[in-house]
Amino acid sequence: MLRFFVGPASRLFALTLTLVVVAGTSGTARAELVVDITRGFVQPLPIAVTDFDGSVPEETNFGKDIARVIAADLERSGLFRPIEQGAFIQDPATLRIAPKFGDWRLINAQALISGATQLQADGRLRVEFRLWDVFAETQITGLAYFTTPANWRRVAHIIADAIYKRLTGEEGYFDTRIVYIAESGPQNRRVKRLSIMDQDGENHRFLTDGSVLVLTPRFSPTTQEITYLSYVGESPRVFLFNLNTGQQEVLGNFPGMTFAPRFSPDGNRVIMSLARQGNSEIYDMDLRTRKITRLTDHSAIDTSPSYSPDGREVVFNSDRGGTQQIYVMSSNGSNVRRITFSAGRYATPVWSPRGDLIAFTRIYQSEFYIGVMRPDGSGERMLAKGFLVEGPTWAPNGRVLSFYRQTPADARGGVASKLYTIDLTGFNEREIVTPVDGSDPAWSPLIP
Amino acid sequence: MRSKLFTFIAAAFFLAACGTSAEDSGAGTGSGTATTTQPSTSSAPTVAAIPGPTPGSQEHLVVNVGDRVFFDFDKSDLMPAGRRTAEALAAWMNNFPAATITIEGHADERGTREYNLALGERRANAVHDYLQALGVQSNRLRTISYGKERPAVLGSNEEAWAQNRRGVFVVN
Repeated sequence: MLRFFVGPASRLFALTLTLVVVAGTSGTARAELVVDITRGFVQPLPIAVTDFDGSVPEETNFGKDIARVIAADLERSGLFRPIEQGAFIQDPATLRIAPKFGDWRLINAQALISGATQLQADGRLRVEFRLWDVFAETQITGLAYFTTPANWRRVAHIIADAIYKRLTGEEGYFDTRIVYIAESGPQNRRVKRLSIMDQDGENHRFLTDGSVLVLTPRFSPTTQEITYLSYVGESPRVFLFNLNTGQQEVLGNFPGMTFAPRFSPDGNRVIMSLARQGNSEIYDMDLRTRKITRLTDHSAIDTSPSYSPDGREVVFNSDRGGTQQIYVMSSNGSNVRRITFSAGRYATPVWSPRGDLIAFTRIYQSEFYIGVMRPDGSGERMLAKGFLVEGPTWAPNGRVLSFYRQTPADARGGVASKLYTIDLTGFNEREIVTPVDGSDPAWSPLIP
Repeated sequence: MRSKLFTFIAAAFFLAACGTSAEDSGAGTGSGTATTTQPSTSSAPTVAAIPGPTPGSQEHLVVNVGDRVFFDFDKSDLMPAGRRTAEALAAWMNNFPAATITIEGHADERGTREYNLALGERRANAVHDYLQALGVQSNRLRTISYGKERPAVLGSNEEAWAQNRRGVFVVN
């Protein structure tokens, strides 16, 4: 088993070798590289990702593309440093027979990825990879996948997830997508479109045409569905969008605005705000019966609800104490308690899929921050700041967050709004490059 | 506040006379807050030369009442100037019994999206409730919140934010 290293360690990036004899296999001993990711700052692990070998040019091209996507995934995580391919000594053809570990040690690679692609008679693509521990001179893991060739990117992400999981002990997050609001135009005529892309920005697709204002999309944790706010007919309502069918459907028909939707952890319910006579309260809707249950009853603003992963509690935003702060209640609406008491205003709480943290937006002295804290409000840490940063969302492994950052507007109303990812530690902030501006990112679960 | 309101109406009148749309007059009002009444007065002959707005229309409302009220930061209660505008709106609606109004609630950009949607809703409703208390039938009033998504005045500064924290009356 992989182990975590808890507490301060002078070596930021620990490497441990554990001998595990796996019964039923050829009896080869497996030594395991482990990446210590519990520290704030980690030295990325030097890893050699070689082009996957093929027998014909088409296979070789797939092999190069797949290796490139794997290396980019690992590099963006901040936990790995893919070594420049020009430094490689051993060529893919001989590597297919066996690694010359001395060649890889010479260029300081601690881990090595080799692989091969093969087009099958039935038209499918077979992709295999092996992860090697260079210093122990052993294979850590090796797997083969069959897919339609058009799916080569997904296979690359799945392999990157397998590598990430073996070396960090945590689930990966590369075979995921991000839904967000694509934005263009000046402040007062901002066109907003529901959009989706792979987590690395590829396979980008606009889902709506921009004629209707759309906001705050959120992914179902269990299905290929999104819930979001749409102003169809100049009437703000919570909708469902089915990614498989393209079908859009309004959730209920209430006299007031419905907004701030988010799925329950089992995907069977949507929790949201419903405004009546100007007062926003939190309701929970059963998606099968469409029955709603009221959870808050207060004259203050109650919005931005987010379930704990066990479904027992709800964190939400309320100004019942005078300014907007973060509160937690039981999922039946009882036992409401405030968890933020520091200076400033707090908003957009989102429970981590691991359950151990809540991400939020903090507004303090004219700056916006993205931060995390424990569910009891302790251990607050700020990860990112800006003139306007907002809307944190968790990668399904609870290790990485995404959010958006907007610049102040110029005199003509020109603004720039970009999506970013950042490690839970506050290091490794990266922009997700999108075709136009973006806001309100929402991470999907691992694609089933 | 009275002189500011007068400036506001004068500026709106001036812009309406120039034939700009209602939406543009709102933005122009924001950029023209420093304007004294002098330029408006000097343009008075031009106004006289153009036919007045259709009674009961959006343009008529803008000229005679004004189409918006403003709010303090993170607040949704009407300020004295806003109450006077709402009172004028109630009187105007009495004169045009067939008119129905949508009240838009807006917020500045210095808040989070969802909270601002709720805040805009509360602001629109504050206007709604005040009008209702003044005798306007609720079925003639519709509210909608745009949160911080539809600023009227461009820029990221206190002046713009003050103009964007608003309730806007739109004749249906």
